[in-house]
Amino acid sequence: MPLPDPAAFTRRQFLHSGLVMASAAATLPAFLQRSAFGLPMPALGMSSIPGVPEDHILVVLQLSGGNDGLNTVVPFGEDEYYRRRQGIAVTQQQALRLDARANGIGLHPALAPLKEMYDEGLAAIVQGVGYPNPNRSHFKSMDIWHTADTSGTGDGWIGRYYDSQCCGFGKGESGTPEQTQTNPQPGIAIGRTAPLAMQGRRLQPVAFETPNLFRWTGQDVHESLHEPYRAITTAGVPDGADANSQASFLMRTALDAQVSSDLIRRAVAQRPLVQYPGSGLARNLAMIASMIRAGLKTRVYYCDLGGFDTHAGQGGANGQHANLLRTFAEAVRAFYADLKAQENDKRVMTMVFSEFGRRVGQNASGGTDHGTAAPMFVLGPMVRAGLHGEHPSMRDLDDGDLKFRTDFRQVYATVLERWMGAPSKEILEGTYRTLNLVRA
Amino acid sequence: MQQTSTRSPTSQVRPEAFGYDQARHLLWRAGFGGTPEQVQTLVSWGPTKAVDYLLDAEKVDFREARADEFNSSIMRPPTMEEQAAIRRARQTQDENALAQVRLEQQRRQRDDRRQAREVQRWWLARMIETPRPLEEKMTLFWHGHFATSYRTIEDSYHMFQQNRMFRAHALGNYGDLMFRIIRDPAMLAYLDNNDSRRDRPNENLARELMELFSLGVGNYTERDIKEGARALTGYTFRDDEFYFDQGNHDTGAKQILGVSGNLDGDGFVRAILARPACSRFMCRKLYAFFAAEPPDSDRELTRDASGVLREMASDMLRSRYAVKPVLRRLFLSEHFYSPEVMGQHIKSPTELVVGAVRSLLTPARDLSILLDAMDLMGQSLLFPPSVAGWAGGRAWINTSTLFVRQNILAYLLTGKRPQGYDPLADEQKYDPAPLLSGLDESARTDPSRVIDYLLRFTVGSAPTHARATLEQFVASHGGRVSNDMITGLLLIITAMPEYQLT
Repeated sequence: MPLPDPAAFTRRQFLHSGLVMASAAATLPAFLQRSAFGLPMPALGMSSIPGVPEDHILVVLQLSGGNDGLNTVVPFGEDEYYRRRQGIAVTQQQALRLDARANGIGLHPALAPLKEMYDEGLAAIVQGVGYPNPNRSHFKSMDIWHTADTSGTGDGWIGRYYDSQCCGFGKGESGTPEQTQTNPQPGIAIGRTAPLAMQGRRLQPVAFETPNLFRWTGQDVHESLHEPYRAITTAGVPDGADANSQASFLMRTALDAQVSSDLIRRAVAQRPLVQYPGSGLARNLAMIASMIRAGLKTRVYYCDLGGFDTHAGQGGANGQHANLLRTFAEAVRAFYADLKAQENDKRVMTMVFSEFGRRVGQNASGGTDHGTAAPMFVLGPMVRAGLHGEHPSMRDLDDGDLKFRTDFRQVYATVLERWMGAPSKEILEGTYRTLNLVRA
Repeated sequence: MQQTSTRSPTSQVRPEAFGYDQARHLLWRAGFGGTPEQVQTLVSWGPTKAVDYLLDAEKVDFREARADEFNSSIMRPPTMEEQAAIRRARQTQDENALAQVRLEQQRRQRDDRRQAREVQRWWLARMIETPRPLEEKMTLFWHGHFATSYRTIEDSYHMFQQNRMFRAHALGNYGDLMFRIIRDPAMLAYLDNNDSRRDRPNENLARELMELFSLGVGNYTERDIKEGARALTGYTFRDDEFYFDQGNHDTGAKQILGVSGNLDGDGFVRAILARPACSRFMCRKLYAFFAAEPPDSDRELTRDASGVLREMASDMLRSRYAVKPVLRRLFLSEHFYSPEVMGQHIKSPTELVVGAVRSLLTPARDLSILLDAMDLMGQSLLFPPSVAGWAGGRAWINTSTLFVRQNILAYLLTGKRPQGYDPLADEQKYDPAPLLSGLDESARTDPSRVIDYLLRFTVGSAPTHARATLEQFVASHGGRVSNDMITGLLLIITAMPEYQLT
């Protein structure tokens, strides 16, 4: 019988012996330190043209798991808040007071770095953001936020932005790709996979957890593999070959992958200009800042911070949820300090969201269950700092849940229209009233 | 003057034209690739025997996929007593009891996610081990065709049951599968038919049944959907079994696709199967999966492709939706071995991974790492992205997935784990020597013969610059062809853009 027999497979599985080639890996010089790639690079620190929409960058930060909005932007003026959250409420003394306009509303004390940004005019808070008929499944609600569609199906909203804007480049001269890049630079997601939000039709996003994975690892086996690998993957499409064939498509993509890998890995090898905290989120934002500094043409970056599904023992001013908020606030504070030192801060807007907030009342496990509306943050020197929208009512509830005041797609529409210079109606497939979040 | 009939039968592949490249092509498309020895065996058999061997999977002995392979009770519905206890806790607002219920629910969901992972591993191992590759390939086809995702239904046993059904009918009858899919708990949950009520029919299943599973857009009306949804009311499930809820079924008169009567789900399926569009749609899908992506419009099809598709559809009708005669027609057609088809298919992540283990004879290594890589490459088994299944073709490829594709091959060949995993190298050493069995003893030490042989076996043919690069590589290591050298050559070859094709 010619086809594999299962016993043979099992035998192969247990064939043990040492590896020869793989053992050389540890002694190899880092890929990044090699210089003989022969591929042109754009100059690092390439000039930016502030104020030109083509230079505007959006960073999307996702707080995964459902961030407890009421313990983030705290309605400390409401008795009802304290009545329903006896074990986990942030006290009036602990809450960080915002300003005179923010009557009875404050920030969780772990958000002190964010409060500093707020005071410096770098933070807009949109209160009570949600959508009609809220879905309390993590997956489904995340899909809804990612697709900007209450059915949670279809392409991602950022993917549709790329589709509508010719691959993420604005119109006009400064939006054309560098000659060194065979294709425009797609959006970059820091993570194992690119989020649904970035899935479009014309240009696939790049995703990597660490830049060390965004490269061929075969060369770690033996250094002499490096040059032949370069040769076969960067050959491009041979003259006379059918440019539309599958092989040509693959050869072009292989070349793009090499160019992107080199650019990105070279970019993030720079030391950040400021000291970042030690968290994973801080590391990821530092990578994004480095890519911006290196002059990548990428217009949208995506990263996330997980762990917000605080069903049990979430704590109040201290504890599990407080730690998450601190991680978040310290990381974005350092990110903007870095961007400012690069003089790129005015080009970079950061939008922060979570798939839902949590229920008003705490549960029997000292935590909170999946709920509805929650605040969003929009950060950067271009924002109209302050509180936007209304805090959801603590009394007019929908089966124990907050009613949303602002549709999240209004925030998307604002970011698209007022920051990215893109038509929100076409991209969001609907008309959403923009908010006054961005300074003229 | 007599016109040349456009209905002249398409040519069959001639036995003398069925050589090494053709046999290799057949093994990749009708399975997951094969070893040089397997390729040679098919060559010696000739096309008819080779194709029939692959099609008649049931004649090859292999262990059964048993129903008790997995635990069916993790997500079982609550018993009467449990329901009563939950009701009591709600009424008395007993927060502790409710917290217990919640915890129990979370525990089960955790266990079930773990089991879903086990089902994935089980299926992947089966694809790697099976002596009936076309059976698993067709199971994968049906999974993508009648796409259902664990992500939505969150019941691993229902996914497993569905998978068993696809396998049992893999090379059987498409019509049978249509009657079964409207009774399949996973599908009924995925497309919300269990929420469909006589007075409020849910149209989801009725729509996809025609749009994606049988006829395609343009071959039915909105009214057919509405009436079809009524026919499907009452089709639901209890625990792991189909259940016909008579009280929720709309028994009234309906008209679907031109058929009138008090149609139920079976009547709806029969009305679909009676449409000529159905066999055309299904044959296009089979052709896209096994041969090449056809152009959007039939008018743009080449003459040969159009001829083969027409004959496949007529075989399908003649056999009342049997799958085998249709695939037989395709696999034995001359067109299937033409440049229009050979080497033009981008391997799916499953084909890439399973095919590498089966053809290069690498150890299977850690199945979890392989599954993670498949996920990163865009194909997580049991988790198709939508009811439309996987888009396939160029949608598989972008700069990130291309690195994952190259890197998972490096892992299979060397055992060096990707970053993020336990850094200890996998101890199973890859032995590439058996691959050279098809080469004369004397040629096994000749670098250029070995390179030619490996290129032909892995990518069919290769541009001259690639050959030169590989020869230079061997020369730079003293020109000796050791086992490590062959592994090194395979590392480079499997990173070639062309390796993604078959």
